[in-house]
Parts: sequence; C-alpha cells; structure tokens
Amino acid sequence: MLRKDNKLHLLLIAPVAISFLAFFLIPLARLFLIGGSGENGWLAYLSAFTEPRYIESMLTTLLLSTLVTAVTLAISGVAGVFLARNQFKGHAALTAMLTLPLAFPGVVIGFMIIMLGGRQGLVPTVTDWISGERIVFAYSLVGLFIGYVYFSIPRTILTVMAAAEKLDPRLEEAARSLGAKPLQVVAHVVVPALYPAFLAAGAICFATAMGAFGTAFTLATKINVLPMVIYTEFTMQANIAMAAALSFVLGLITWLALALARSLTGAGVAAAA
Amino acid sequence: MSTALTQKTAAAGAQITLTRCAKSFRTHKALQPLDLQINAGETLALLGPSGCGKTTTLRIIAGLETPDDGGTVMYDGVDVTNVPIERRNVGMVFQSYALFPNMNVLENVKYGLRVRDYSASNANSRASEMLAMMRIEDLAQRRINELSGGQRQRVALARALAPQPRVLLLDEPLAALDARLRDVLRVEIDRLLRSLGITAIYVTHDQSEAMALGDRIAVMNNGVIAQIGTPEEIYFHPADAFVGDFVGTMNSIEHNGKRFTFRPEDIDLVDPTSATFTGTVTQRLFLGDHVQLAVSIDGASSDAPVTIRVRARNSPSLNDKIGLKLQPLTRLARDTH
Repeated sequence: MLRKDNKLHLLLIAPVAISFLAFFLIPLARLFLIGGSGENGWLAYLSAFTEPRYIESMLTTLLLSTLVTAVTLAISGVAGVFLARNQFKGHAALTAMLTLPLAFPGVVIGFMIIMLGGRQGLVPTVTDWISGERIVFAYSLVGLFIGYVYFSIPRTILTVMAAAEKLDPRLEEAARSLGAKPLQVVAHVVVPALYPAFLAAGAICFATAMGAFGTAFTLATKINVLPMVIYTEFTMQANIAMAAALSFVLGLITWLALALARSLTGAGVAAAA
Repeated sequence: MSTALTQKTAAAGAQITLTRCAKSFRTHKALQPLDLQINAGETLALLGPSGCGKTTTLRIIAGLETPDDGGTVMYDGVDVTNVPIERRNVGMVFQSYALFPNMNVLENVKYGLRVRDYSASNANSRASEMLAMMRIEDLAQRRINELSGGQRQRVALARALAPQPRVLLLDEPLAALDARLRDVLRVEIDRLLRSLGITAIYVTHDQSEAMALGDRIAVMNNGVIAQIGTPEEIYFHPADAFVGDFVGTMNSIEHNGKRFTFRPEDIDLVDPTSATFTGTVTQRLFLGDHVQLAVSIDGASSDAPVTIRVRARNSPSLNDKIGLKLQPLTRLARDTH
C-alpha cells in the first residue's frame, strides 16, 4: 500500500522535476560555468563585485528597482482600494485599460516615454512655453523610472484589488469610531491588511524592474542598468564570460530579494480576515 | 469589585437628538425624515426587518453617514451633524466583530487609547480594567484568529468601551453567534449597560433581544418608525398589525361578526361548555416546556388556524376537539379600534 503510494507520488512529481531540471537547473548551471570560462576564469565573478563600473551599475539597478517598487505599490494601493470599493460606469473598462501596458513590449514603452519627455516631447514643449526652458527627462534614469512605474502598475494593481475586496470596511469604521484619523486608519488597518498582497505584488514588480531591458535600450545609451551592461559586454565587447557572470549575479540578487520578501510574508499575518 | 469598576468606567452618557434625519442612496429612500430622542443613559433598541432603516439610523448617529440636507444630529444639544465619527467619541460594536487581525487582544483593546495619545501606563491600566470587566484577562496575549465568536464579541465590547465613549452603538452584535451563546452574552450586555449607565443604541432584528435589553424600543419598517415605546407598550399595545406581528405571534380571527386579536399565551384551554371558541387541533409541536398548537376555530370566517401555547403536560393531541377562552384583561388595545 505504502509502496504504491510512493510510486504514485514519484510519478506526480516527475513533471515538476523535469521542467525544473530542463528549464532552470541545467541552463543556470551552464550559465554559471560559462561565467568562469573567460580569460580571467572564476575571477569574473569577483570582478562583478569589485570593478567600479559593475558595482555602480548594480547599485543603480537595485536603487531604481526598489524605488519603482515603492512608488508602484503606493499608486496601486490607492487606486486598487478605490477600484475595489467603488462601482461606477466604465469600471470594467477602466480596470481593463489599467492592465493594458502588460501587452506592450519594453520598446513601445520607451517610445511612449520619448513622446512624453523626449527632445520634441510633450512635457518639454509645455515647459518651454511656460518658462522658456525645455525640461527633457526621457533619456535619463528619470525617464526609465517613469517607464518602469508605468508597466509595473498592471502587475500589482490586480493583486491589490483582490486583497482590497476581501478587506472588511467595518475594520476601518471601527478604527475611526475609536478616534483614528484617516492617515492612522491607513497605517494601522489598511496597510497591514494588504501587506501580504503588497509583498507578493512588490516581489514581481521588483524582479521585473531588475531584469527589464527593452525600455532602457530604447531610451538611452548612458543609462547604466545591469541588463544594459550585460548586453554591452555580450555584443560590443564580445566578453561572453563576463556577461554570463553578471547575468548569474543579477539572478542571484533578485532571487535573494524575493526569498527575503517570501520569508517576511510567512512571518506576517494574513490580515484580511 | 463591580462598584469600583462602575465608578471608574461610568461615562457621561450623551442625550442624542435626531431632527428630520432622512437618507437617500441614489434614488432609494432608505430613511424617511425622522425625529428621535434618546435620553442620557437610556438603552434604545432599534428593531425591524432587514432594509427597514435601522442600521442607517445607527450610522447617522455614529457619523458614518450624513443625513440628507435639513437633518441634524445633536449630542447633548450640540450640533454634530458635520463632525466626523473620529471626533464624536462613540463606541461601536459590529456583527462581524471588526477586530484588527494584525493586533492581539490587548492591542485591540488599547487601540482607542493609543490613537488618543494616552500614556503607556494609563493605557495599560485602563485596558486591563476593561479585560477584567469583560472577564477575558486570560486572553490578553491571544491572536484574534484564536478566539471563539463569543470571546471576539467580548473583546469588541472591551475595545469600544475603553476610551469612555459618550454613546455605545451596537449593530446586531449577537447575530453571528449560536443560540446558547447569544443568551449568555445578552445577559452580559444587559449587566454591562445597566452598570455603566451609558447611552446605548442597539440595532437588532430579534424581538426578544430588543425586549430584553431596550429601555425603549423603536420598531422600524420601510424607513419610518412604526412605534416607539417601552417593551410592554410595544408588546401589549402594538400600534398596528406590522408591529403586533413583528414583536411576537399575533392571532386575528373574525367570529360571529366580531374581530378578536390576541397573543398565543392570552388564551386558555377550558371545557368546551364554558369556552369562547371551540376548535380542532390541526398541528401540534412539542417544544419541551410547552406545546404549540394550531387550532382551527369553529365558525371563524377565515380558515387560518390560530396559534396557542399550552403547558406540555396533559396537553391535547392532534385532531382533538378543544375549548378556548380568552383571558379577560389581556385583550389588546386595538380590539377597541
């Protein structure tokens, strides 16, 4: 009886094991090995953490992704709770439209940012008209930041909406009856209740921002995010080993951040009753 | 113990006055213009079926809804119509408990003190006083999801009362509990309201809860108060058929051209020779302490049987012919209408 069960379990776990091996373990191991196959051997991994150019790029990418995640969660939090709580004409259409950026490749989003803040863009034209100065932000980290927030919102807002729908409005009313001011209600009741959803959505948002490439590629040459550096190493310098080493490190850092978020979710309480 | 607690916990109950408070949600008129006064220290039960406007009335008093233009809410003669709930100093208890799941029992009870900037030691002593009053000291460190429904509602009461509110608002607080627990907590809430002398408004659809707890009952229907009065007035002198039916079973038959309206307990089994009515038992429900009978009355113009309650021992059987006599002093006021 037991033996039969075990066999069945083995059979059921096989698809997971195969896909994990084929699509994850083997390519990653291969990538790891390639990283150590260059002129400098395994030192490539060391230089990922010592060479100023790479460190700067890594920190820029981490900072950008963290900032994008924070701002996206704030926007999605407010919008998601509002959409979950209020029904109005065009609600379904608006929700669908908010998820639209998911369909755009990074290049298209980069193009949109150029139309907004590029040299001939909307914002510079308006600022020129107002103050005589053209404020161009598309080809910098600011442009990248706006683009990333734009395509991160759909990734988070649906998760937040689902959690907000489960949030009992009586909780907020109870807090108010006890004397809590609106901001205190948000800090003490709403955010703790949405915390698991924020962590889950934030993890996806962060990982996507860490690895996003198309938008950065479209916007500028001087943006020094890690995926751009990997691309440069790979194509311009033909330094395949370094590109592989950096890719592996990028994956490792993202994985660490996500694992951290996961363990925090486990420790937190699912506050939506 | 209880007198010491009472002195410290007694909050000055506010007198509440609603003047021409109406409420519309889009095209739906949830509440017709309503005038209502709740005296300081009084417990008023708002009783009615769902959708009658009782919860809307409670939420207007709380400050969670604003009345339509022209309506005013006053606490002790001060107009608070436009004062938000967080500055009205009210305590609220909900059917769904609405305890904060991210805080333990003690933190929940202390919440109202925390946002009012009580010092840590004052908040702690006040909170433990509340836990003692609700007899839940042992639960102080428990998480909310480890509590039973009855324990949750005790925590909710402790939390609502901790900041010494001017009025306690209870929205169907016992509706989610099972029957036995409901009885226990009903006694507990009664003890609490009497000892604190706080103004309380108790919303319920359960007439026995309303009668047990209310100093007065406002029976509501279709957004208006159908009748307001003491439980005895409501039960014995209902203003209309709706109130009569809602607060208990009401029999109404026409017999020899005369209408008789009476409660099930107001009629006695007698020998058919000295009976007001005779009839046949068409249904018999044994309920332990009493038996509920449906009796088809001979010569009644309508076919609907009357419901009566008799003592269980030696009670009639199904299809028995029985005699019934109305008790002389218990006929309801509206017989004379």
